[in-house]
Amino acid sequence: MLDALERNAPFPGAPRVGITGAPGAGKSTLLDALVRGLRATGETVAIAAIDPSSLTTGGALLGDRIRVRSSGRDPGVFIRSMAARDRLGGISDVAWAGVTILAAAFDRVFVETVGVGQSESDIAPLVDTLVYVANPGSGDELQYMKAGLLELPDVFAVSKADLGASADRTASELESARGLVDRAATAWSPPVLRVSARDGTGMAELLAALDAHRRHTLEAGLLEERRRRGARAHVVESLRRRYGSHGLERVGSAPGIDERMSAEPQRTSFAWVEVLSREIEDALRKPA
Amino acid sequence: MSDPVAPKRDRPWVFRTYSGHSSARASNALYRNNLGKGQTGLSVAFDLPTQTGFDSDHPLARGEVGKVGVPVSHLDDMALLFEDLPLDRMNTSMTINATAAWMLALYVAAAERSGVDPKLLQGTTQNDIVKEYLSRGTYIFPPGPSMRLISDMVAYSVSAIPKWNPINVCSYHLQEAGATPAQEVAYAMANAIAVLDAVRAREDVPDSSIPQVVGRISFFLNAGIRFVEEICKGRAMTELWDEITRDRYGVEDPKLRRFRYGVQVNSLGLTEAQPENNVIRIVLEALGVTFSKNARCRALQLPAWNEALGLPRPWDQQWSLRIQQILAYETDLLEYDDLFDGSRAVEAQTAELKRAAREELDRVIEMGGAIAAVENAYMKQQLVASHTRRTRAIESGDLTVVGVNAYTEAEESPLTTGGAQSILVVDESAERAQVESLEAFRRRRNDAEVAAALRGLSDALANGDNVVPPSIRAAHAGVTTGEWADALRVVFGEYRAPTGVGVRLAGDLSPETERVRERVRGLSDELGRPIKILVGKPGLDGHSNGAEQIAVKARDVGMEVVYEGIRLTPEEIVQSARDEGVHVIGLSILSGSHGVLVVDVMERLREAGAGDVPVVVGGIIPEVDAQKLRAAGVQRVYTPKDFDLTRIMGEIVDVVAESCAAA
Ligand code: B12
Ligand SMILES: Nc1nc2c(ncn2[C@@H]2O[C@H](COP(=O)(O)OP(=O)(O)OP(=O)(O)O)[C@@H](O)[C@H]2O)c(=O)[nH]1
Ligand SMILES: [Mg+2]
Repeated sequence: MLDALERNAPFPGAPRVGITGAPGAGKSTLLDALVRGLRATGETVAIAAIDPSSLTTGGALLGDRIRVRSSGRDPGVFIRSMAARDRLGGISDVAWAGVTILAAAFDRVFVETVGVGQSESDIAPLVDTLVYVANPGSGDELQYMKAGLLELPDVFAVSKADLGASADRTASELESARGLVDRAATAWSPPVLRVSARDGTGMAELLAALDAHRRHTLEAGLLEERRRRGARAHVVESLRRRYGSHGLERVGSAPGIDERMSAEPQRTSFAWVEVLSREIEDALRKPA
Repeated sequence: MSDPVAPKRDRPWVFRTYSGHSSARASNALYRNNLGKGQTGLSVAFDLPTQTGFDSDHPLARGEVGKVGVPVSHLDDMALLFEDLPLDRMNTSMTINATAAWMLALYVAAAERSGVDPKLLQGTTQNDIVKEYLSRGTYIFPPGPSMRLISDMVAYSVSAIPKWNPINVCSYHLQEAGATPAQEVAYAMANAIAVLDAVRAREDVPDSSIPQVVGRISFFLNAGIRFVEEICKGRAMTELWDEITRDRYGVEDPKLRRFRYGVQVNSLGLTEAQPENNVIRIVLEALGVTFSKNARCRALQLPAWNEALGLPRPWDQQWSLRIQQILAYETDLLEYDDLFDGSRAVEAQTAELKRAAREELDRVIEMGGAIAAVENAYMKQQLVASHTRRTRAIESGDLTVVGVNAYTEAEESPLTTGGAQSILVVDESAERAQVESLEAFRRRRNDAEVAAALRGLSDALANGDNVVPPSIRAAHAGVTTGEWADALRVVFGEYRAPTGVGVRLAGDLSPETERVRERVRGLSDELGRPIKILVGKPGLDGHSNGAEQIAVKARDVGMEVVYEGIRLTPEEIVQSARDEGVHVIGLSILSGSHGVLVVDVMERLREAGAGDVPVVVGGIIPEVDAQKLRAAGVQRVYTPKDFDLTRIMGEIVDVVAESCAAA
């Protein structure tokens, strides 16, 4: 079914927006406000909330929709929380599958995931636009910059702007740091917005920034390329989760997979995961 | 033999009974009855719609009106509640928080209407929002505006109703949510500091009146069964408050630094099994907070022996009142100076509690104070973790609970042979009568005056003026509880507090738990994805402990858990269940409205085409109701006697397995 959905998906289809940021940064609250705004215009919205945390027992707590109040009783809003941990394929598999399904049925799809370093780089290629929600005054941003993740987001949203000075400070920190990243390849300079779900500050600007980024990627022909990279990332990361780098090497690692996928563009990422899994398993059975 | 001249005795504490139900009229009769039996203060329990700012005819109020307290929708209700009671001489404690400013306004207006000078009013509005976020659940607005309401009330009452305690900082509810003594002390102090800091920052409160403000802050404590430690806790808080008010607020008069507190003794430890044992627990706990003269409570309310069964009847409450009277009037407790001064054991334990509480308090202050530690979920997570440790200890037997995990062989209790008759059952017709009287009230009032009063209220909110005076005007004009709260909702917005269940905890290592984990793994493999459970709390009920512990345990055994906190509508729960694709739904209801709500959820599930998702229910469910629920298709019903969470999880795996086999 996933295979058919991906094959038949019209281009560009529903915008796929990732929302990431430190725990408690205000992602869900912000999404709630965004969704309320979008619903007012009649758009249907789906949210996939992905919990990348790992627990030794494999259990997961999915309470993310708690603050997404606008959903109650509204069939135009769909929220599904998913635990990435312990599923074969990890976050890439879960998110890509989720997005593929939801994009077929809703006007816009959001993916919320807690930024814990690895998960941003996992999620970035799977969405059309990545929003990083920065928690004012928490120091998370410095961590973030140090981790070299600054080039991933397409939009920076400094949350809780109603708190005042600390949000301003974080915004200017991000602004100066943003200058250090070379964005020549995409010709897109990610805006730094101050937003507050509490008092509505910057919400219109945020929606406008999402639309602007979409227009930009469509007009510059970047979106198609991004989706292709998403499909590739889905395949590579899913296989890496299942078989490790060692297994991945058996099918030529990322460059090898790239090449084969470009050669047969009609085959979907889901089909590739299956084909390559079989190849890896066969290869692993033989002594190296 | 004994001296015929009676020795000099201290004045006893105020005896209260937390009560109210059905209607203002019925509750008024109850209060007069209680006072007639020797109760010396009133403690008003409001129903959940009143506490959460809804009129009795609001859809969310359905099934809740007059259930766990008295409905007060307008001035006539309030006046009726205190009819023929001497407001100028009563000491009235109101357990009211999010709508505290409104209930105070109604109380003042009722006094004014009956010709009593508000300056004479004595009593307490609980008005503590932090513990609502952490435990009690009847909050409405976000923290910022809520703190403004509290500081408005403090600022207003210090001058206008000087004998009123505008806020009662509660640690009681924290212990009921699982807090350790050190957490109870630390979070209550952090809370009091947040309130005082907010008042101090106001321009309309001169620095010179801060000592008076400090002197008006009272506390509401719990007392658990470890009653020696509780004596030490009272002493530790007395000392800490003295230090904090002196060092942080510069209060020089020691009288204004005095730690004043009321108590309701612990209910969390009162058991459904062998409920007669609860009386012994209550006696010991009451002793804990009266024993030490230097840390004796000012007012005391005791729960009843049938606490875990349902609401107490008048006779049950009378039995508890008699405990207080015997303690105060028959024993020689009140004839002595402090019995513990100089006791090395008590001093050492007091010092240790102070140290541990200081450490935790410093951590919270470091984080930015109580409000920050509410919003970032820190305190709530700590409480959930403490409660998990407690439930695990009961399960493992490390913590002995007589009649529950030890000494379970017992004769049948003659107290419970009456079944449903051993608790108070609120007459279903009370809701209809209340709704009718509300409608009649609305017809009686002058709509133009109401509209003008609401405008005045909204203006005050927008301008940052004190909310109490326009609320009193609104009370006189005939504004209702729901209208008042809606006016505030528009300006302040609504809030949902963190659930705390995301706390990281080491897994339970018992072999029983490991066996359930294996079964979850096995069934998840069969299903092709992990067992996914939705833990839901429909209705206005704020009792979250059970749902939290179920959620934490379900995750611990490897399930995917969707838990979204308290106060969801059946619609919201059904939509979540469907969107999330859960294998089983677990509803937790302790407020007594399971009859209406469970059936509502099940009907909506069927309408949504998800009628095959099995439902289990837990909470305060009398056996007659449990039978009805099972007949309506509920797979399992759990009550407080089912303390073994591991066993419950095993049964939930059975339920999922059965439903998959049937599909
Ligand atoms: C603790 C407590 C509180 C705490 C709650 C803290 C919190 N965050 O949960 C505080 C102090 C805040 C509180 C307040 C009130 N309380 Co209270 N409270 C209790 C008490 C003492 C214990 C409940 C508890 O937490 N037990 C521990 C947990 C772990 O057990 P449990 O919830 O029963 O869960 C177990 C099982 O029932 C089952 N289970 C429960 N849910 C689920 C769900 C699933 C899916 C499954 C499988 C199993 C399951 O498994 C659990 C494991 O053992 C009970 C009396 C009692 N002893 O039971 C009264 C009680 C529930 N409270 C009562 C009342 C009236 C109130 C108030 C409404 C009073 C008022 N008028 O203001 C307030 C308001 C609360 C609100 N917002 O709704 C009444 C309800 C009366 C009724 N049903 O007719 C009770 C019964 C006391 C009484 N006899 O009057 N309360
Ligand atoms: N002042 C203020 N607080 C906010 C705002 N948005 C969110 N918060 C608070 O920030 C805390 C975290 O909000 P969430 O929306 O749950 O954050 P999150 O990033 O989804 O959190 P996780 O999913 O747990 O990582 C909550 O206490 C919110 O009330 C805002 O606009 N202003
Ligand atoms: Mg979130």
